[in-house]
Amino acid sequence: MTMDEIPFWADLLGSLLLISGGLLTLIGSLGLLRLPNLFARMHGVTLGNTLGLGCVLLASILIASIHAERFVFQEVLITLFMISTSPVTTILLMRSGIYRKRADTEKEPVSGQDTN
Amino acid sequence: MKRWPSLTLFTVILFALWLLLNDSLAPGQLLLGLILTVIIAASTAAIRPLRAHPHHLLTAVGLLFVVLIDIIRSNIAVAGIILGPAKRRFSSGFMKIPLDLRDPYGLAALACIITATPGTIWAGLSPDGGTLTIHVLDLQDEGAWVRTIKQRYERRLMEIFE
Repeated sequence: MTMDEIPFWADLLGSLLLISGGLLTLIGSLGLLRLPNLFARMHGVTLGNTLGLGCVLLASILIASIHAERFVFQEVLITLFMISTSPVTTILLMRSGIYRKRADTEKEPVSGQDTN
Repeated sequence: MKRWPSLTLFTVILFALWLLLNDSLAPGQLLLGLILTVIIAASTAAIRPLRAHPHHLLTAVGLLFVVLIDIIRSNIAVAGIILGPAKRRFSSGFMKIPLDLRDPYGLAALACIITATPGTIWAGLSPDGGTLTIHVLDLQDEGAWVRTIKQRYERRLMEIFE
């Protein structure tokens, strides 16, 4: 089956999913620029990891399923590995950020809004 | 629902993973997958000293959907904050949440859920396990975050793991 034989609606839906996934990842990366400090910036990147990635995977499932003429959902594995691995590195980064802050100010981060 | 032995559940998940990775249900793959998963499950039992006792698997499915919906909602919320006015972008901070969940597997799952959801990141657990510190991007209403985490995630995780 060539790419021309993918029906219009699937083409449209797949493109929309890819574009929204890309946009979300872009907005997340924009957060690196617009958010004030390390801790706040870490939130932005999560966008690309979650819904950004999810949109791309959905598009992949859709097009691959039509292409192979059966339901392909191996992409679920990518989600599974992403969900179980990316929080670990994020938490490590957060912990090291806290230790650096503690080394700077010699006290625990306190509740309430960030001062810097 | 009765308690499921975790070794069996682990083996079933590994087996499904193998079949998905190979994208095949051929008898050869089924046999190979079965042999491999049993060997792996048996030989790695020693490096998993704590046995998880997940039960109420239906609650787990419910939790999965709750988390999915929350991830989508907070994606939109965080995107709004990043693109929005400066005032909201500068309201991030740490907050503490009292925790009743004690099961290590439940805590690991909670850490993954909180961190995977945009807008909140797990920042640490007090040594006695009673207080959780999280970093929140939109720290306007602490009470709302405590309610979300305790009622939407912790209650279900305690049902599953304790």
